[in-house]
Amino acid sequence: MSDLPPLALSVRNIHKSFGPIEVLKGISLDAHEGDVISILGASGSGKSTFLRCINLLETPDEGEITVAGEDVKLRRRRDGRLEPGDRRQVDRIRSELAMVFQSFNLWSHMTILQNLIEGPVHVLKRNRAECIEEAEALLDKVGIADKRNFYPSHLSGGQQQRAAIARSLAMRPKALLFDEPTSALDPELVGEVLKVMRALAEEGRTMLVVTHEMGFARNVSNRVLFLHQGRVEADGSPQELFTASSSDRFRQFIANFQG
Amino acid sequence: MDIAFLTDTFLKLIAALPMTLILFVSSVAIGAVIATGLTAMRVSGNPVLAAISRAYVFVFRGSPLLIQMFLIYYGLGQFPAVRQSFAWPLLRDALFCAIMALAMCTAAYQAEVIRGGLQAVPAREIEAARACGMSGFLLLRRIIAPIALRQALPAYSTEIVLMVKTTSLASLVSVWEITGTAQKINAQTYRTMEIFLVAALIYLVINFVIIRLLGYVEYLLSPHLRGRPAPAST
Repeated sequence: MSDLPPLALSVRNIHKSFGPIEVLKGISLDAHEGDVISILGASGSGKSTFLRCINLLETPDEGEITVAGEDVKLRRRRDGRLEPGDRRQVDRIRSELAMVFQSFNLWSHMTILQNLIEGPVHVLKRNRAECIEEAEALLDKVGIADKRNFYPSHLSGGQQQRAAIARSLAMRPKALLFDEPTSALDPELVGEVLKVMRALAEEGRTMLVVTHEMGFARNVSNRVLFLHQGRVEADGSPQELFTASSSDRFRQFIANFQG
Repeated sequence: MDIAFLTDTFLKLIAALPMTLILFVSSVAIGAVIATGLTAMRVSGNPVLAAISRAYVFVFRGSPLLIQMFLIYYGLGQFPAVRQSFAWPLLRDALFCAIMALAMCTAAYQAEVIRGGLQAVPAREIEAARACGMSGFLLLRRIIAPIALRQALPAYSTEIVLMVKTTSLASLVSVWEITGTAQKINAQTYRTMEIFLVAALIYLVINFVIIRLLGYVEYLLSPHLRGRPAPAST
């Protein structure tokens, strides 16, 4: 155990309900630096909600979150639910955990380059010229350097998602959270985004990826988490899970993709 | 065509242009400040403040501006308490009352325009900003306000053009702006057609300039809605 890299992220016993529906029923996850963890599950299994609880876009009702050794402060309200204990800490933790969304969520009124430097300049208060230089390198890396003065509406879905990934990298995050990054894309554009994500994985980035891309889960990630009805139904290396999972539900789930 | 009369009328009306512009600029500016406050109350999440804001908009948008102006200028003076108050030197001034009536009325409309702009800001763009660590005033200043402004600008332009014309109501509380001056000349000469055509022409020119300016601002702020730029040379 001692040769494992340090923990990038540790989440304990997350519960979350929306009204009477309990979406997450106690989920825990440790991500070590360099881990690429695919989170799979049928729609409604709670995988996106789980991801959004990690950076507190949703506040969990129960649970503990630790990012790079720092405990996220949560305090209990009168009605028994949790709320963030320190808004500034939440902002800082979010700036350390970049998120990539299903529908890209680029800022429509800014050019691609402006999208990339917005967070670094205004949240991290870094030097503007330096941020521009770094942003241009990132755009080059995701293959859209020539689009830096375009507005998001001028790009294809695949290009927008690559820009959004570059925007998340510009924050120099400790871990990347991907929320179904290819689900809103036309099939022929999925590949270009997956290629970028695979390159990031090979660089040793810590990534949590909610996805329906079985190829990515199987070939790129080093760990797969399968959620079913708000619980972890299967957890292990892709080799273990895809070849000999003890979970009938998981075998059924992947059979639907292969059939 | 009586060129001499038209020229004379034009010069008299143009002399009243500064008064029209004072009414317009100050009421739109004061109205914008009040509207910002009304919008902040409306979206504050506090039910009492939101209700006050809604009631204000209902009253000032739902009743005729002319009546509001009469109530402020002629009505308030009925009360001895008002006549004895510190505000009386202001409240008996026709220009001040006209500006306040115009400002309070346009504030109601502007508040609705701003609220519409705010509601049209896509939630997912706000979420992306939160996810990278923005909150509070930074989020408002960098993401929400710039997007809301772009959404609100076309409707805001309409309100501003309407306000140029609405300043003519001030003539009915004895403020001698363009329309009031035109009426005065008309009462002396009865040459209604020429006088009011010249007056209308002046309003048209003012609004032409304003529409072009606002159109230019809109153009500057909306490159994302136009065609693609040429690819940057690297």
